[in-house]
Amino acid sequence: MRRLALAAVALAAGVALAQERAIAPGELKSGSAFLGSDLRALQNDDFANPGMLWVERGEKLWREPAGKENLACAGCHKDTSMRGVAASYPKIDKASGKLLNLEGRINLCRTERIGAEPLRYESEDLLALTAYLARQSLGAPIAASIAGAARAHFEAGRASYHLRRGQMNLSCAHCHDAQWGKRLLSETISQGHPNAYPAYRMEWQTMGSLERRLRACLSGIRAEMLPYGSQEYLDLELYLAWRAQGLPIETPGVRR
Amino acid sequence: MAARIQIPREARRGEVIEVCILIQHPMETGYRHDDVGHLIKRNVINVLSCRYNGVEVFRADLSSGISANPYVQFYTVAEASGDLEFTWADDEGQRGSERQAIVVKG
Repeated sequence: MRRLALAAVALAAGVALAQERAIAPGELKSGSAFLGSDLRALQNDDFANPGMLWVERGEKLWREPAGKENLACAGCHKDTSMRGVAASYPKIDKASGKLLNLEGRINLCRTERIGAEPLRYESEDLLALTAYLARQSLGAPIAASIAGAARAHFEAGRASYHLRRGQMNLSCAHCHDAQWGKRLLSETISQGHPNAYPAYRMEWQTMGSLERRLRACLSGIRAEMLPYGSQEYLDLELYLAWRAQGLPIETPGVRR
Repeated sequence: MAARIQIPREARRGEVIEVCILIQHPMETGYRHDDVGHLIKRNVINVLSCRYNGVEVFRADLSSGISANPYVQFYTVAEASGDLEFTWADDEGQRGSERQAIVVKG
């Protein structure tokens, strides 16, 4: 009886969580759906997509021995073992219990396994490795887990997503949940999904991480930008992944 | 400076082939300022040339109006097996080159 009651509670929680989704799974649209046809074509062209320059560089770095151990990523990880991996991030690292995004995972491997210096956020090398890794999951549906230790981070991320900030006093939800598809000056507001990052952005004229994109949004609403790799960004990244659950990975995306 | 070239691996003699090159370069315009307000010096690829078995078949003088990581596409006639070799140079004197082989039949 008690088990049944527990099951009922779990089911109710599941239903409640499903109802919390501001955008129904059937209505999810990747950022590429809000682009013009020219940029979408550029993203889908494996040769002309400028992000592929970073993917190519990432592949080279992946095979290059580094650090005190003189070990390459490819020395431990066979290429096929990386398929679909990026789609499960951000993820709790079992050993430390910390939430890691793909960048954090790469740097943890570098410092703990191969005895190398961590790569700086937005450095060409970190962008290249992240893009190369995410590219292995091209087409894989985002499936980040919010169970167990990730739950607290998910809740923090959700709070962060709905927090009004900056001089404009806007939260992420005000644009990306309530107004997507409408125009903001000359641009169409997207649903704000992370499935194409790291992405090549025309405004940047280069590749950038998801955190750089988050900072750009914060700057847009005249809010304080947090330092790269801060816990609040990681939590928010997990919430965004949950929100985008099922959308296929598009890295390297091309965005406005 | 990394670059990617796309040409057909094989072609028939006399066939018109599409040649594409994508070069990684910031194409700094010279009009931007850094975080502390200093002007960032102009640095763009100013010349790009392509030789087909040693004969120049394409040359472009690029300038600051071209976006970062320029993508250039043109057509040439497949005449003989050999290499297409691209060379380019930027305002800082950095040079890059990349080549790709093609097999021409018939």
